[in-house]
Amino acid sequence: MKHLISARGLEAAPTVAILDTTMDMVDVRTREVKKLPTLRGKTVANVFFEDSTRTRLSFEAAALALSADVTTFTTQGSSVSKGESLKDTLQTLEAMGADFIVLRHPHSGVASTVVNSGWVDAHIINAGDGTHEHPTQALLDAFTMRSRLRGENARGSDLAGISVVIVGDIFHSRVARSNALLLRTLGATVTLAAPQTLLPREIDSWGAAVVSTLDEAIDLQPDVVMTLRVQKERMTSGFFPSESEFAQLWGMNDSRLRRLPPTSIVMHPGPMNRGLEISGSVADSPQSTVTEQVANGVAVRMAVLYTLMGDSR
Amino acid sequence: MTRVVLTKPDIDRALTRIAHEIVESQRGRFGLIFLGIPTRGVHLARRLARLVADIEPQDVQVGTLDVTMYRDDLATQSTRATVATEIPASGVDGSTVILVDDVLFSGRTARAALDAITALGRPDVVRFAVLVDRGHRELPIRADFVGKNLPTSTSERVNVSIAEVDDLDEVSIA
Repeated sequence: MKHLISARGLEAAPTVAILDTTMDMVDVRTREVKKLPTLRGKTVANVFFEDSTRTRLSFEAAALALSADVTTFTTQGSSVSKGESLKDTLQTLEAMGADFIVLRHPHSGVASTVVNSGWVDAHIINAGDGTHEHPTQALLDAFTMRSRLRGENARGSDLAGISVVIVGDIFHSRVARSNALLLRTLGATVTLAAPQTLLPREIDSWGAAVVSTLDEAIDLQPDVVMTLRVQKERMTSGFFPSESEFAQLWGMNDSRLRRLPPTSIVMHPGPMNRGLEISGSVADSPQSTVTEQVANGVAVRMAVLYTLMGDSR
Repeated sequence: MTRVVLTKPDIDRALTRIAHEIVESQRGRFGLIFLGIPTRGVHLARRLARLVADIEPQDVQVGTLDVTMYRDDLATQSTRATVATEIPASGVDGSTVILVDDVLFSGRTARAALDAITALGRPDVVRFAVLVDRGHRELPIRADFVGKNLPTSTSERVNVSIAEVDDLDEVSIA
């Protein structure tokens, strides 16, 4: 694997291998020296055409933990405002020595366009392209589920038998798409819960069941409830009547949490709209994995960088 | 053509001798940690730890040291799977670490192992035990305890079988 563009192309065995490597990376983070020399002399360029806090910082931390050099490019204050094309921007970064390009872009499909175009030789990692995919988020979510639910027996295992409900703004969510695809590959059962207006048209190809209320989904007693951020910045028309109605029908709150088994977990990829898709008290409850997801994100991205580096084809 | 160079009794005798040499070199100091390099080094480390504890009753600890991330050929080789590193809860600071591997060849694994140990802490002493030293060093590294020196040509393959992994104890050259 030279690039990581989509969860769609990932097979089960190499995915489990990445999750296992992630365990070893988590272990490194607990050592006296929290750094590995693995990517010494390599440069990771973070290229962000869209705002991000945790993904960019997470990739940065991962690259630094593997001793890579890091350059960060954001559109603000760059020549993009002068009309420089994506191709020229990427080729400029590669000319400056980038071996890995971590790319976030507001347009769906940009990452695979870059790989297919042959513009650059660097490894390309998709860090979110529009409403399409965000594969490292899916990997870190799978890792978080596996370590929480499998505990001691996590190593080597997939997610067979684990039931996951993904709820909320699925239409705009690359996190939901990547997760649904990856979770299915790993053997988990996925149920989507969203208002009709927030379901994408090609939902049938995801291989997931769809229910029409969160309460119905809670009745399934899932192992995982994954809440999604309501993406106000992408909402150009009215997708639901009001925020309070959304929170009431689709928000993860205390009473819904109480109806879940005590071993179930509640996830959120962040940033959270507290009080909208997830209530503050659920987000801060012991069943919430929000901060764990952030911590695991660094380790997963270390594992991805490591896995890609060995393959230059 | 495969030629068997060490049989099970040979391996047992070699490990017993190494265990005695380790005890002798310790001169009564305790705090030994055997760190095996996966896969077969881990099992050899366990055996050596048992043998040492039989010779001189003491608290001997065993761990696993994965050196994959510290290798110098990562950029040119396809990705290798990592293995969990397990060290005693008390850490390696102030201890005597005996690194254990099955074969010593170029010395590059041992170099990576020394880097990996440095990331874990600062042992008082690090020593290196191998079942087979086949020569052809590419770095200035030597083993402190050697089961068998095997003169080989670079084109030959040394195969170490360990009962815990391969269902028999044997060293052969092919």
